[in-house]
Amino acid sequence: MESRITTDDVAKVARLARLRLTDDELDRFTHQLSDILDHAADIEALELDDVEPMARPVPLSNVLRSDEPNDPLDRDAVLAAAPSTEDGQFRVSPVLGEAP
Amino acid sequence: MSLDLDVWEIVIGLEVHTELLTRTKLFSGAVNRFGGEPNTHIDPMTLGLPGALPVLNEHAVELAIRVGLALNCTVQRSVFARKNYFYPDQPKNYQISQYELPINADGWLELPSGKRVGIERAHLEEDTGKSTHVGGGGRIHDARYSLVDLNRAGVPLLEIVGRPDLRTADEAKAYVSELRSILVAVGASDGKMEEGSLRVDCNVSVRHRGDSDFGTRCEIKNINSLRAMGRAIDYEAARQADLISSGEAVVQQTRHWNDTEGRTTLLRSKEDADDYRYFPDPDLVEIDPGPEWIERVRAALPMLPSARRHRLAERTGAELERTALVVERGLDELCLTAVDAGADPERVLTHAEHNLADERAAGLDPEAFAQLVAMETDGRLTATQTKAVLAEMVDTGDGPDAIAARHGYEAMDSGSLEPIVDGLIEANPAEWERFCDGDAKVAGFFVGQVMKATQGKADGKAVTALLNARRG
Repeated sequence: MESRITTDDVAKVARLARLRLTDDELDRFTHQLSDILDHAADIEALELDDVEPMARPVPLSNVLRSDEPNDPLDRDAVLAAAPSTEDGQFRVSPVLGEAP
Repeated sequence: MSLDLDVWEIVIGLEVHTELLTRTKLFSGAVNRFGGEPNTHIDPMTLGLPGALPVLNEHAVELAIRVGLALNCTVQRSVFARKNYFYPDQPKNYQISQYELPINADGWLELPSGKRVGIERAHLEEDTGKSTHVGGGGRIHDARYSLVDLNRAGVPLLEIVGRPDLRTADEAKAYVSELRSILVAVGASDGKMEEGSLRVDCNVSVRHRGDSDFGTRCEIKNINSLRAMGRAIDYEAARQADLISSGEAVVQQTRHWNDTEGRTTLLRSKEDADDYRYFPDPDLVEIDPGPEWIERVRAALPMLPSARRHRLAERTGAELERTALVVERGLDELCLTAVDAGADPERVLTHAEHNLADERAAGLDPEAFAQLVAMETDGRLTATQTKAVLAEMVDTGDGPDAIAARHGYEAMDSGSLEPIVDGLIEANPAEWERFCDGDAKVAGFFVGQVMKATQGKADGKAVTALLNARRG
């Protein structure tokens, strides 16, 4: 049967996720993702018109915390773990263009 | 560039982000406070450290519901989604937002003109950190490196997406002002555009007047004031109309407003929502406030600006549009109480509009204000004296009687005016004859003379009445 996802789709998703894939990997992942989508299609075949979409299996809602502050992390300790810092800030490579 | 509005129609839809007035961030207990030393309002969630899990701030939800109800939205079951993109001011590499199911949907707000503007949605999401680009004159494309401060990352935002119902820059300004008043009234935001707690993105397109289809739109970012927004809209509309007139097409894109140069420039081609790969955040459960919570919030809402405008218009008999400034100054309660105490509504509104710009005016004693207006309408004080007394009442908190007495603005009834007027008639027989022959202009001469003789204490209307009485 025709693949549900093309190597172009996979290459695009990889680019958005900043993953560099070889041609072999592209083929392999295209097949694997296609199999997963086939499996999802089995569910699509069921009569589900009366079923609410479900984002997660546990029926929980309104898990909330009160608006009370915690102690902050120590800035020096946090910055010490960063590859590069300046003036109390994280120093990062120039941001060229916009993502994605 | 300017636009011929007989030919073109501008279509504007605004996206307003407001920071919510909570003590802590949307998903963690790091403090939500403007400014501060860089990277001092941080915790594992803010930093996107491995294993850090989000827990939703109840007060942020409460504020979102308040805004939703104030904007006549349906408050509904909602789900948080991850919006995936890489940017250093957002260390998790995704922003937690709401996508398919926002907490507030499908509402409207009413402008002071009475026009209703649709609200598509108002959803919760987290703010990003702040980047400073170093080198290359601070421009993003030429920077050598960037510095990141994460104090703002994770601060709760409400994104309010308006429908493309606005047609002029002035209408867009009125919409933002109204929205800001509502946000401040319900305690959701401090409404400070200059501190970034209220941020506006404008979607602008143009079409030939009479067309029913919308043109291709551009989104304008980096708008820091209402004035800048008005200029940006007019510039962008003219740019698009020029393109169309010269046979070119408008390309959908995001543009950057440069307030110094007064123009928009290309920031990026519009991204596809698919590229963000939204999906429900598995670390968070849905919010389903339920009728009890929603009704509790509704019952605690203050009276909103549009309702206050209608109330003031009804009880003073004024035009609706005239009430906007008085309500914006927070003087409507004062005016209504003064009117209830018997003051003339027309004079009360006139003073609120013209003589009470001072922000302390809302603290005036309404009874004293009513008393002053009565002194004016009874003719015991002239309009000029009333204005002076009012200013001093705001300044000192003293009563109108005491202030009028201090200035010698004693009541000058027609009894004490009579000898002055009679004296003037006698001294100016030629003028008096012309007045008696119906030359209305000479009345001004007599009134002026009376004012001179009384150092302005006489009531002009009383003088005129007396002159007419003497003429018989």
